[in-house]
Amino acid sequence: MQTFDLEAQGLRELNTTLQAQATATNQTSWEIVNAKGSHAIAVGLDAPIEVNVKGSTGYYCAGMNKQATVHVYGSAGPGVAENMMSGTVIIEGDASQYAGATAHGGTLIIKGNASSRCGISMKGVDIIVHGNVGHMSAFMAQSGNMVVCGDAGDALGDSLYEARLFVRGSVKSLGADCIEKEMRPEHIEILKDLLARGECDAKPEEFKRYGSARQLYNFNIDNAY
Amino acid sequence: MKDDNTGAPRTIPIQSATFSNPTNAEIRRAAATGIYDIRGGGSKRKVPHFDDLLFLGASISRYPLEGYREKCDTKVVLGTRFAKKPIELDIPVTIAGMSFGALSGPAKEALGRGATMAGTSTTTGDGGMTEEERGHSNKLVYQLLPSRYGMNPDDLRRCDAIEVVVGQGAKPGGGGMLLGQKISDRVAGMRNLPKGIDQRSACRHPDWTGPDDLEIKILELREITNWEKPIYVKVGGTRPYYDTTLAIKAGADVVVLDGMQGGTAATQDVFIEHVGLPILACIREAVRALEDQGLHREVQLIVSGGIRGGADTAKALAMGADAVAIGTAALIALGDNDPRWESEYNALGTTAGAYDDWHEGRDPAGITTQDAELMKRFDPIVGGRHLNNYLKVMTLEAQTIARACGKNHLHNLEPEDLCALTMEAAAMAKIPLAGTDWYPGKPGTGY
Repeated sequence: MQTFDLEAQGLRELNTTLQAQATATNQTSWEIVNAKGSHAIAVGLDAPIEVNVKGSTGYYCAGMNKQATVHVYGSAGPGVAENMMSGTVIIEGDASQYAGATAHGGTLIIKGNASSRCGISMKGVDIIVHGNVGHMSAFMAQSGNMVVCGDAGDALGDSLYEARLFVRGSVKSLGADCIEKEMRPEHIEILKDLLARGECDAKPEEFKRYGSARQLYNFNIDNAY
Repeated sequence: MKDDNTGAPRTIPIQSATFSNPTNAEIRRAAATGIYDIRGGGSKRKVPHFDDLLFLGASISRYPLEGYREKCDTKVVLGTRFAKKPIELDIPVTIAGMSFGALSGPAKEALGRGATMAGTSTTTGDGGMTEEERGHSNKLVYQLLPSRYGMNPDDLRRCDAIEVVVGQGAKPGGGGMLLGQKISDRVAGMRNLPKGIDQRSACRHPDWTGPDDLEIKILELREITNWEKPIYVKVGGTRPYYDTTLAIKAGADVVVLDGMQGGTAATQDVFIEHVGLPILACIREAVRALEDQGLHREVQLIVSGGIRGGADTAKALAMGADAVAIGTAALIALGDNDPRWESEYNALGTTAGAYDDWHEGRDPAGITTQDAELMKRFDPIVGGRHLNNYLKVMTLEAQTIARACGKNHLHNLEPEDLCALTMEAAAMAKIPLAGTDWYPGKPGTGY
């Protein structure tokens, strides 16, 4: 375990060091102390290393992550794991706005709640939230899966494409073109796997599935308002 | 003209200037279809433009440089503020962002070929980076757009500069559109979308709002790319003084400012024609913002929107820009709207020079299409050569003007080299009306 004091050594040094870890590195486990809400912690990583951040992070923690596992022992600021390609990001606390925005792959696990626009424009990531998600979550979500063990706020899945949304609790309102869909056996299997990966204490049968009605896919003036 | 029955003189039928034939045709089209008109290109209305400015040239008080012999440098370096690796271009004319999807792969290749021969850069667009463009473009600017289609850290690291797109001149405040006819398997794959859908990009970035967030976003991009890449911020012409000020505050190396004449692949005609400012009204305000921050020339300014030749380039530079970008002009150089395809334009209900239904993907010139058969008509090697020729001519023209004004670098052109032909242009460009030392709004004049 390598320990990195962010306050003493600085952000540039941190990201340079972590980005320099090759796939075959022996230094696979890192601990970052004194994070103190700094922005852009552990961004642009591309190696199967484990980064444990002690404390809360600012904007864009683990942005554009590839391969790495970034574990935040605190809460995460806006845009955590934005545009992630692969790897795993785990937030022990809550996540602010735009968690997992536009992420193409990997797994984002939020043990607390996520704020508004969680999974906005997601492009293949799996997002698992133990608590609730705020309004406009999964806006224009293109693909991947979002699991919400708690409740969802207003306008869930507005202008949704092919992402699958699973919500256990209530949905305050559905966004344009987002509808409840039948939970078929294959969805139960997908959800079972997601819940296991997210270490969620919930049963797939307790969830409802939401997806796109696909009514906005082709331009029709009656959809404009 | 006389009355048939009485022989008395009759009035001549007069077309209304307000309800013109094109206006009435649009009313009839709207009434019949119930849908607004979508098209490509930029504003077609006549607005004050570079044509309304002239260079004064040299005389007794200024002496010229010899047209062909004396040096007139054209180099420009972009990204000198923070980037470890600024971009050095041989000419101050760059190729604006145009997406793969809007354009075919071979068209993107041709842009890369032509720009590289001419020593300048190309820019990706909404939809990600293609091998055609990266492979042929020596200097490639990678756009970070609200949609983030195809965005990934590997391409971020293999580009030469990053352009954070906040808006564009054709549709400031609007997102991109790519209708189903052009969402081929390849385009759909790159954008992670179902094939054949009418794709509308978001108008705002998904993970930041406002200049304070943008500053942090730029920090993240720099951290991911080891602070090497110049970071541009592109805005449409709306509030150029404030947008430039905020882009500088957010940490931009380069500000890209696009006027309403700048093209788009597709959006509503009403948006193109009725939102945003002509580029002429933007440049001096952006330069004023740079000067107020003490960063003119340290943060570079690229302007675009209706740049057609060396004279436009020289005028933009004289007003304080560091470089210009061309989009529509580059497509025309490649062969877009060429009269050689006139019969096919006629079959589409239009004519060469007026064809703007790029979103339908039926471009006879094979440039703004994903149709495999139409694409075969376009040769990227020939297209690249034509673009290089055109860029060379633009540069020679700008040099001709600069030498006539006694300048040994295009950047030495200055507002004092210009005069305005109309009151409107004088007011917008803050350039004195020809034959006077005054322009409307000139400080201290009381007008």
